[in-house]
Amino acid sequence: MQIKRRPLLIPTLALGTLAFLYIPLLAVASFSVNNSRFGLTWHGFTWKWYLELFRNEQILEAVGNTLLLGLVSTVIATVVGTALAIGMSRFPWSKKTSAFFEFNLYMPVITPEIVFAGALVIAFASLRYFSSVFEPGMLNMIIGHVTFQVAFVALVVRSRLAAFNNEIEEASHDLYATSWYTLRKVILPMLTPGIVSGAMLAFTLSLDDFIISFFTAGPTSVTLPLYIYAEVHRGITPKIHALSTVGLLVTILLVVASQKISNSFNEKERDDA
Amino acid sequence: MTSEKNTDTRIWFGELTSSRALRRRGLLHVSPGLFWILIFLTVPALALIALSFATRGGYGEIEWIFTFENFTRLAGYGMFGWSPDYLIILARSLWVAFVTTTVCTALAFPLAFFIAGKPKTTRYVWLTLVIIPFWTNLVIRTYAWQLVLSPDLPIARFAAALRLIPAGSPLYPSEFAVYLGMISAFLPFVVLPLYSSVEKLDWSLVEAAHDLYSNKRRVFMQAILPQTLPGLSVGAILTFVPAMGMFLIPDFLGGAKYMLVGNLIQQQFGKSRDWPFGAAVSLALMLLTIIGLFVFRRKGEKMEVI
Repeated sequence: MQIKRRPLLIPTLALGTLAFLYIPLLAVASFSVNNSRFGLTWHGFTWKWYLELFRNEQILEAVGNTLLLGLVSTVIATVVGTALAIGMSRFPWSKKTSAFFEFNLYMPVITPEIVFAGALVIAFASLRYFSSVFEPGMLNMIIGHVTFQVAFVALVVRSRLAAFNNEIEEASHDLYATSWYTLRKVILPMLTPGIVSGAMLAFTLSLDDFIISFFTAGPTSVTLPLYIYAEVHRGITPKIHALSTVGLLVTILLVVASQKISNSFNEKERDDA
Repeated sequence: MTSEKNTDTRIWFGELTSSRALRRRGLLHVSPGLFWILIFLTVPALALIALSFATRGGYGEIEWIFTFENFTRLAGYGMFGWSPDYLIILARSLWVAFVTTTVCTALAFPLAFFIAGKPKTTRYVWLTLVIIPFWTNLVIRTYAWQLVLSPDLPIARFAAALRLIPAGSPLYPSEFAVYLGMISAFLPFVVLPLYSSVEKLDWSLVEAAHDLYSNKRRVFMQAILPQTLPGLSVGAILTFVPAMGMFLIPDFLGGAKYMLVGNLIQQQFGKSRDWPFGAAVSLALMLLTIIGLFVFRRKGEKMEVI
């Protein structure tokens, strides 16, 4: 059902807005196959910038760092965040304690990223004062990423937990299951879609992050966003177009994969019901 | 959920325990994540407040001499008298975030209705089209705008033909470029929550409004807008908060001409190594963000009443 309006107005505005989102991306992709070292005029088609990517050690190292950071921090954040969500919603906390938990959970969401980054700088400096670790580098980056990822994983998993009630757990008890058995065989399987989508979100947040990495990275832990940032400041190089296009393609793959995964969960649920 | 009764036996995951034992087990679940956020965010964020009253030493170290100097400096009082530079940066950040949020909201409506109007089978394709730029790295997207606005490409040529800019120069760094970057960066943040509201829209109310001879404006204001407010306010908050502290887009597209508060903070924690002043600016940013959110909420509530 639709409202009676000038029928073309909404589609025109909508498609125009989408075009606005895609013009820059298409521009980058088309210049990535432009055979010209300087300037942006068209000099014919070439794959050579892509080949250059695979030969560039700095870029390969940055790819490695990005994946290492993303995977390690996502694994930590998923485990810790899931535990946090279960702990917050399945135990008899007093109102004050719950409010304290909530406050901390929403801190990473409501703090402007640049303030978050400043806070991390302060945290690491204070910790360095008492110990010799926490120099800028991969460890600090992982810690920084986990800090915001934990909150998002916990929020996603918790909304999932809120969707089913205690009855199932009580039924499990009536059938003489131990709490550990219930957690393993009843709660976690039901939570899996929530945990997986929380982890996917955490991973993309990590790949997407620039500011936190910028403030916590050391010279040996340059990630792709940091590398691109530095290159852009150095001046336009065609490599960056190729690198950005690869980044765009990886994003498309991630989006499609995550939708496939969540769709398959939905279908499975429909079948179960 | 566990009931609020004060009995000491409780059932948890099917086991009978006392509430004290339960809380001990709960802490085991909660503490890793909670301490992580406490140690690396909440406590340092509070430390920012203390730090903003400290002094920067000669080598960028922190001296714990209590002073209001960081705040008077932010207000513009320096060695050479008063200048409103920092205040302008603060006001500009607030204004840019406000305009970005408003424009994004205005553009998000047609897109959300467009997608919701598609048959279920193709809807997810359109949604995917919105999600892809959303998930694409911001550094890439912002650089891409530099590229689009560069001198040899049609947009800059057109502007040069209109004599808006000298021929052969790019359209960045400029205020215009910052707005383009900001709006395209945050648009999906509004479209996605708004879409989920529009999808659930009760069209019978819209029909009823038509039957009662409401004009288009009233149908929108009274039958559609109130129903989409939850999604709209989520989108507005998701846009406004990060837009306030944005550092990358003004860095790439605004240059020194159009600095925002995010760049100022970055400078203080980076190059200038003046953490106390950086802390004071951060505090100001937090305050402005909270005030801005309050205005949005007030407006949201008012809209519901109309």
